[in-house]
Amino acid sequence: MSHLPYLIPGWILLVGIYGIVTSRNLVHAVVCLSVAQSATYVLLLTVGYQKKATAPVFSDIKPTRNVVDPLVQAMTLTDIVVGATVTALLLALTVQVAKRRGTVDPDELRSLEP
Amino acid sequence: MTGRVRLLVLAVGGIGLAVLFALAAFRLPGFGGTVHPYGQRTLPNALAHHTPNVISSINFDQRALDTLGEELILMASALATVLVLRTVRAEQEESAGEHAYGAAQVFDALRITGYLLLPITLMTGVYIVAHGYLSPGGGFQGGVVLGSAIHLVYLAGDYPALARIRPIPMFETGEALAAGAFVVLALWFAGQVKAMNAVVGLEVGCAFVLALAKFFEQALLVRKDS
Amino acid sequence: MSEVLIIAALLLTAFMATAVVLTRDPARQAIVLSGYGIVLAVLFVVLQAPDVAMSQTGVGTVVVPLIVMLAIHAIRRHHTREPDEGDES
Repeated sequence: MSHLPYLIPGWILLVGIYGIVTSRNLVHAVVCLSVAQSATYVLLLTVGYQKKATAPVFSDIKPTRNVVDPLVQAMTLTDIVVGATVTALLLALTVQVAKRRGTVDPDELRSLEP
Repeated sequence: MTGRVRLLVLAVGGIGLAVLFALAAFRLPGFGGTVHPYGQRTLPNALAHHTPNVISSINFDQRALDTLGEELILMASALATVLVLRTVRAEQEESAGEHAYGAAQVFDALRITGYLLLPITLMTGVYIVAHGYLSPGGGFQGGVVLGSAIHLVYLAGDYPALARIRPIPMFETGEALAAGAFVVLALWFAGQVKAMNAVVGLEVGCAFVLALAKFFEQALLVRKDS
Repeated sequence: MSEVLIIAALLLTAFMATAVVLTRDPARQAIVLSGYGIVLAVLFVVLQAPDVAMSQTGVGTVVVPLIVMLAIHAIRRHHTREPDEGDES
């Protein structure tokens, strides 16, 4: 019972992959990729959660107080910001594909030559 | 590959992934448990270095080298976005001032809200960066707020004004200087959490402004030569 | 109490992720993605991660949907110009 929350990120990952595979538009595929990526945030933070613990900021609580795992939070934090710039890069490439080829449907982009 | 074959391959791979993921998930320590070996090792160090926000302490002190890698990924993708979306020879850029998208007709309420929120949002961004070592916040979050704040001017319907307050070369220089300063800080002065927060805030803000600026150009200004 | 809150936030996150993927029109998807960003931020607050929630609010609800909208706009410009202007290069 106590392991069921871990299945939610698995579902998000699978849904994101399903979206990428069945996508008919590269913009849609990139957004689905960012959804699949968000599964890692949810997984890391559910792993780091601790019952009856508080956020790992000691400015107004006693140092002996239980806090949730700060390491996974630090990893997630940088990942979110860096992931956004990578998404921006993928969308920039999509805009270039639209310019060169006149389409963003992956099924119409079979060959590499224009 | 036809659609049906593709779905079949997806189903096989998806079921395999689901089974393996579930098997792995049920062998993790229980949700909400007290087993956090890595997190518990970081706490005494953060307290010893007098950084109340443990997350800032991990990012900029205990694992600064790791954050250096993340920073360089951020800079590389922002640089690549600017490069991929540059205006090529077959295109021309319409001047921002006389374009139909500039000074658009928007509701007065939206315009006033945009201009009123701009200073407040900038101030909030600076506050989040400056107090990152003490309270929730830091260079990454504050940088995002700063980078998106100036686009409130666009929300207020004034793209030419946005283009004026956002000189691209200045932000490119800021990005490069901040990235360089972060490399120096991370390699030789790790632990200067406040300085590193400020540098990261500058770098993230510049990166987002640059990427968004290129997308704005592509969406509003660039057209092919006829 | 917090248990119930966490379960509810997790289920809402899974639901919104599914909604983002199943919205096939990219322009509508950008709006749903913005909602998904908010829901993720709420989940992170409930999981005692205010720092992560802050960066998720900025990135997930403002920056990424805005970039998606701008990319769609740029792509549409090139689509509509394609037939009447012949090909360049």
